[in-house]
Amino acid sequence: MTDLASYNFAYLDEQTKRMIRRAILKAIAIPGYQVPFASREMPMPYGWGTGGVQVTASIIGPDDILKVIDQGADDTTNAVSIRAFFEKVANVAVTTHTKEATIIQTRHRIPEQKLGEGQVLVYQVPIPEPLRFLEPRETETRKMHALEEYGLMHVKLYEDIARNGRISTTYAYPVKVAGRYVMDPSPTPKFDNPKMHMSDALQLFGAGREKRIYAVPPYTDVVSLDFEDHPFEIQKFEQPCALCGARGVYLDEVVLDDKGGRMFVCSDTDHCEERREEGHTGEMPSQEAAE
Amino acid sequence: MNIKTAALTGGFNDPVFQSQSVFRKLMDGMARPGSIHHVEDAMGQPEPLGAAAGAIALTLLDHETSVWLSVGLAKSPAANWIGFHTGAPITREKAEARFAFVEAGATIASFGLFSAGTQEYPDRSTTIIIEVAEFDAGETLTLSGPGIQRSTTISIAGLPEVFQRLWADNRALFPRGVDAVLTAGSRFLCLPRTTRIAASRAGE
Ligand SMILES: [Zn+2]
Repeated sequence: MTDLASYNFAYLDEQTKRMIRRAILKAIAIPGYQVPFASREMPMPYGWGTGGVQVTASIIGPDDILKVIDQGADDTTNAVSIRAFFEKVANVAVTTHTKEATIIQTRHRIPEQKLGEGQVLVYQVPIPEPLRFLEPRETETRKMHALEEYGLMHVKLYEDIARNGRISTTYAYPVKVAGRYVMDPSPTPKFDNPKMHMSDALQLFGAGREKRIYAVPPYTDVVSLDFEDHPFEIQKFEQPCALCGARGVYLDEVVLDDKGGRMFVCSDTDHCEERREEGHTGEMPSQEAAE
Repeated sequence: MNIKTAALTGGFNDPVFQSQSVFRKLMDGMARPGSIHHVEDAMGQPEPLGAAAGAIALTLLDHETSVWLSVGLAKSPAANWIGFHTGAPITREKAEARFAFVEAGATIASFGLFSAGTQEYPDRSTTIIIEVAEFDAGETLTLSGPGIQRSTTISIAGLPEVFQRLWADNRALFPRGVDAVLTAGSRFLCLPRTTRIAASRAGE
């Protein structure tokens, strides 16, 4: 061993990293299957992305450039703390620009900018088991995956249609990966589900409390579950982003004043800023909105 | 005495960063089956273990992963080298092995005795590292499956003749199955169990 500083590079000890790395390789080899791993205590509470942090810590190296987002933003407390953590324990370069990043750790969104082959998207996952709401016992859900027994999942979705006239799930909308495993994209809005399909980038998922790692390799089929008479649809926003005028992107509602004034802006802050720098404007291009 | 000295030499000079670098290539290799990667540094691994195979052993093995070695490797100083540098217990039971290393030209009768995992835990399967003569020569194969946009071709010289048939049998077990890494000196490529292999006729 060389020296102590590099021994604990990226916080985790080498044996833990090896264990997680082996789990990642198996996860890639079995797309959508949840590989159990011995999750470690991290210097942050569960719910703060300890699974994603352990995955990132096990893959990151000195040449990487890291971006961390929470919802679509780089500047929320969660994103800022995780970025600062890796700057400290791995001394890596960080960025808010999607294009520049080699590793992007996310809590919800997939960036609007199409990801490339040189990029890895790491998801922080709270509940990795898509069948958990149907069946609380792990032994049973594992059996259902083993037997590819997803009938109940379909029944449940169909009941949702019967009740609401449509599938009301807008987050963590279940997908089938490579025609085999049903997978939970976790708190990602279903708006982003199509971006997971045949992505150029590798997608890794880490659930700390539930001790699971799973993966979607690049160029892999990711199909949102649906029915012939009720095809999968993403949310549509009627107006463009009020700041940059972007259409076809995921928008957040922002309350402007206490008189009910509000506007819709890009949830992906980097995408919005980049568009404004390029000269695109929305109907409310003023500075105060950005503050 | 020779055997002992050979076992103690080599290894990573800078284990933290070298293993990270080799792992990232492995991860990229598994995510993009058939893509060729190479390890830059000499590991001082004894023959007949190749440089890439040695680097993979140093990166992934430890006391938690039992390893099976083909006869030529088991009888060589490479066995002690792997044991000394990684702490991995060497097993003679294929089914117990998390990893298996096969030297160039060794006969492979079947993957069947290695662990394919279970239907509930298909990740509990052996990863087999097989040394071949070289890439970019010999038979051309067409690969398809997750990680590959449409299809890709690779050329491999020195792949055991039965490999394609064994691989098709392995593919049929999905989600169970072994995963493979083919090594040729300092170069390697990965074949996760999802990859379909077909012999290509074009250009032959
Ligand atoms: Zn915008």
